[in-house]
Amino acid sequence: MRHRSLLIITTAVAAGSLTLSACGSRGDDSGGKGGDKSTVTIGLDAPLTGDLSALGQGIKNSADLAVKTANKKQEVDGVTFKLQALDDAAQPASGQQNANKLVADDKVVGAVGPLNSNVGQSMQKVFDKAGMVEVSPANTAPELTQGTDWRTGKKQRPFKTYFRTSTTDAIQGPYAAQYMYNEKKLKKVYVIDDKKTYGKGLAATFKEEFEDLGGKVVGTDHVDPKEKDFTAVANKVAKAKPDFVYYGGEYPAGAPLADQAKKAGLKGPVVGGDALFSAEYVKLAKKNSEGDIASSVGAPLETLDSAKEFTKNYEAAGYKLPYEAYGGYAYDATWSIIQAVKAVAEKNDGKLPEDMNDTREQVVEAMQDVKFDGVSGKVGFDEFGDTTNKQLSLYEVKDGEHKPVKTGTFEEN
Amino acid sequence: MNDLPQQLASGLILGAMYGLIAIGYTMVYGIVQLINFAHGEIVMFGAFGGLTAWLLLPQGTALALALPVMLVMAVGVSVLVGIGAERFAYRPLRNAPRLAPLITAIGLSIMLQQLIWSFYPDAKKARTFPQFSGDSVELLGANIQRGELFLLIAAPVCMIALGFFVAKTRTGRAMQATSQDPDTAKLMGINTDRIIVTAFAIGAAFGGVAAIAYGLKYGQIDFKIGFILGLKAFTAAVLGGIGNIYGAMVGGVVLGLAESLATAYIEHIPGMELFGGGAWKNVWAFVLLILVLLVRPQGLLGERIADRA
Repeated sequence: MRHRSLLIITTAVAAGSLTLSACGSRGDDSGGKGGDKSTVTIGLDAPLTGDLSALGQGIKNSADLAVKTANKKQEVDGVTFKLQALDDAAQPASGQQNANKLVADDKVVGAVGPLNSNVGQSMQKVFDKAGMVEVSPANTAPELTQGTDWRTGKKQRPFKTYFRTSTTDAIQGPYAAQYMYNEKKLKKVYVIDDKKTYGKGLAATFKEEFEDLGGKVVGTDHVDPKEKDFTAVANKVAKAKPDFVYYGGEYPAGAPLADQAKKAGLKGPVVGGDALFSAEYVKLAKKNSEGDIASSVGAPLETLDSAKEFTKNYEAAGYKLPYEAYGGYAYDATWSIIQAVKAVAEKNDGKLPEDMNDTREQVVEAMQDVKFDGVSGKVGFDEFGDTTNKQLSLYEVKDGEHKPVKTGTFEEN
Repeated sequence: MNDLPQQLASGLILGAMYGLIAIGYTMVYGIVQLINFAHGEIVMFGAFGGLTAWLLLPQGTALALALPVMLVMAVGVSVLVGIGAERFAYRPLRNAPRLAPLITAIGLSIMLQQLIWSFYPDAKKARTFPQFSGDSVELLGANIQRGELFLLIAAPVCMIALGFFVAKTRTGRAMQATSQDPDTAKLMGINTDRIIVTAFAIGAAFGGVAAIAYGLKYGQIDFKIGFILGLKAFTAAVLGGIGNIYGAMVGGVVLGLAESLATAYIEHIPGMELFGGGAWKNVWAFVLLILVLLVRPQGLLGERIADRA
């Protein structure tokens, strides 16, 4: 018996190490001297599984579409793009691991992602050290580009390799505050957040603006997004009788919170940021999501000319899942890397530098000047790496669907 | 303070659910001194069993009609998983050191989660569970959701049935005997293997009922719900005195009330403004557990027993 189990273990170990060594010697090198074509990889990190997978899959599919379009159009002469998508399950630690993996691969020229601001925080440093560009389609926490002191006006860019195609919470929260106060005429709010980078920041900027306008915050609370039971908080909200609730957080907790608050007796809507702008939100909160409002970055894709082609191609490509809230931004993020690579190739007589480190360095430089008409509107980056497109929209749930109610650019009061 | 009835009702409902699950922990522990950490996942399987029944029934079936089928399916799935766990994960380790089955239990719980994650369609994110439509019902100044009424009826019914079973039936008395001293019970002609399986099955059945209650209350389930539920129920079992069936229910209710009241009122105590609110409820629940155990290490209804030599 002993011998047999020993044999099994040895076989397993041997088989395992053989498989591993096979992975190591992956020999599909098509770049270099074989022909004029070289292949570079664009990395992608997003939650492909877990609660936020609906958003993550939309990002992945849209980036995939951008890569395929670039290859079909031969956007960069002599360069074929490949997408390598990694799953972070919305965990900062997994995101950092993925970043390390992408950086270590000398085929990877830049990365798209991630979805969550706290995951972005854990990845920034890795990319910065390697001098590799990272373009997030969805991170909205202001400190990622403007440093931790952004609130006091001392803006300082922490990482020059980090860019994003979505606008920040610094304007998303206030935009919703202005709409609720000025147009919906709702003056009493209960503010709840999930204590995560994104939710906390969003709730804080909303609260500040709402109070400046003259609105009253009748209560605040925090919830643990890992749970589903918010009845105690919901009862508190109902007792405080606010006109509406502002929730800084994501839909997996936001939907049950809205559901339970309304069951407990909340009369007004639940308002939140782009992470509530998902069909999943409506599905999970069911009828109780009616009238709820979510802000999102950019204009509704359906209304933009620049997006029509994207939505058409997305449908034609036959992806199983919709592009969701960040599809357009993911497409633009991927496209901006492709444009930066194009600029680098043009600068070097139509070829990318031999050494990937040089390529990466030049791509980071080129990214600063990238400008094109993207799916989400005009794409370009300011001195912090933030998008120059400051457009925002608000969506209200009507008949079980998010319908755009207002779109515009944010104006300081 | 006119929301006190509401907070009490919410705490009671939550506590009833914890209690139903805690019974599974307590019975198994009372008989084999095993903490079945996979019990939360047995509940989770029950919830998915109930959901499957709902999905298999013709569309448009009224929930009130579907509920018995869902309940049978949830309890059936839970019991099957519970018995399977006992047979394949715990029985082979019956005479192993105490630590071995504990580690197996943790492994089993992760395995069960991953099974749902991998094989149940669309289970990588939350699945919606059918819910009763209609307004909440007012009861003694508190609003009770229609889905929660199920729990308020099911929990006492289950408790009474269990109390009757343990006190009056032959198997029930055999269970008491086994829990007092398994070796002597065996010498008296009691088939202890059968008793242990029965304990697992009853615990799992209650877990199945709690799973349906969970789905009806929250309207959504996912593959991770077992972890926190299991932890809370285990806490409830310890709080009430592990091994004591009524203790499990009392512990659950105390825990549910503690969570509900702490969230609502602690921040109104001067100097405690920072420590109230939803994010702190688990902290207070476990502070309560520690306090109770400091004063009564055997739990609220537990009996002080000498350590076995």
